[in-house]
Amino acid sequence: MPKLIITLMTSFFKIGLFGFGGGYAMISLLQKELETYGWLTMQEFVDIIAIAQMTPGAIAVNSGTFVGFESSSSIIVSLLVTMAVIAPSFILVLLLANYFKKVKDSEYIKTIIRYIRPAVIGLILLAAFSLIGTSIVDIPTFLIAISVIGIMLKTDTDPIALIVISGIFGAFIY
Amino acid sequence: MKNSPKKLFKMFITFFKIGLFTFGGGLAMIPIMEKEFVDNQGWVDKERFVNAISITQTVPGSVAINMSIFFGYNIAGFAGALVAAIGIALPSFFVILTIAVVFKNFSDNVIVQNVLKGIRPAVVGLIIYAGLDLAKYIDWTPPLAGTITLVILIGLTLAVNPAYLILMAIAFGTISYKKKLFKDIKVKFKEAYQEVIKTNA
Repeated sequence: MPKLIITLMTSFFKIGLFGFGGGYAMISLLQKELETYGWLTMQEFVDIIAIAQMTPGAIAVNSGTFVGFESSSSIIVSLLVTMAVIAPSFILVLLLANYFKKVKDSEYIKTIIRYIRPAVIGLILLAAFSLIGTSIVDIPTFLIAISVIGIMLKTDTDPIALIVISGIFGAFIY
Repeated sequence: MKNSPKKLFKMFITFFKIGLFTFGGGLAMIPIMEKEFVDNQGWVDKERFVNAISITQTVPGSVAINMSIFFGYNIAGFAGALVAAIGIALPSFFVILTIAVVFKNFSDNVIVQNVLKGIRPAVVGLIIYAGLDLAKYIDWTPPLAGTITLVILIGLTLAVNPAYLILMAIAFGTISYKKKLFKDIKVKFKEAYQEVIKTNA
């Protein structure tokens, strides 16, 4: 048990530390850790992303809470893992708050951020590709995915509404 | 005065409220935070608020949590940052814990399975959309286009940890910055050299 707690905490600390761009950008990091240790199946992982989307709070934090509980059935472990994923933010933001002016005008940091952004987009797309296998299994699921992308690109629809509609759709056609 | 328990408690309630009612993650929290911190409580002025949005996005981690920690620290120092982080994360902690417990009992239900089967492709669609949407806001110069291509190619072929791909991008940014710095120095040196020649002539 102590070994599991340490592995979980290190893993989620790493996710917090490299999770530039927040939410979706952290999915590929999460997925890698989950795959390595087998804490969740990819199907469960997509489910937790959907749950995270429909409930308040950040995806990475919600995943930390969920994985912590699922793998140990202990609320304490769940709390520790949640803290581990927030810890890097906490340390870095406090540092940042003290060097606020310097960081704001630093050309070096601006350049780095400019390069991190395309990498983050690449990671988001990679995360999506790797979830296709467990999520798009037949023609209706393929159509759902395509429709969601199209609707989001063309209109200003709430993602939660699309998840709910897709869920109802799933209940009726299967 | 600055750190009275009353104020910290009020902060905790405010952050807890924001954490409880904000669906859809980080960016959705911004207008709610603005209303609470700038208009209702007067804890932060508007300019600082706008600055904080851009600056907390440069730090890894959830935008909502980063912003909360930043504002908490600005309002009441270290204790404020701690109260803000706990306040903002606690609601989702309870909600997810409840779901995790309930989920275990319901995940085998046929209807739940079918609903999830419909939801999964929607989530994949939303993730792809998130990537496409972000791509709109980037000025695609060749080095940046090269960076995303390399990230996708390496990601697809090697089972490398995404953290290394982020480090690679940081390395590219550093090289680009140093190169520009070097170029600027060269230009300045040339100008100074010509100035010297001019004055000597």
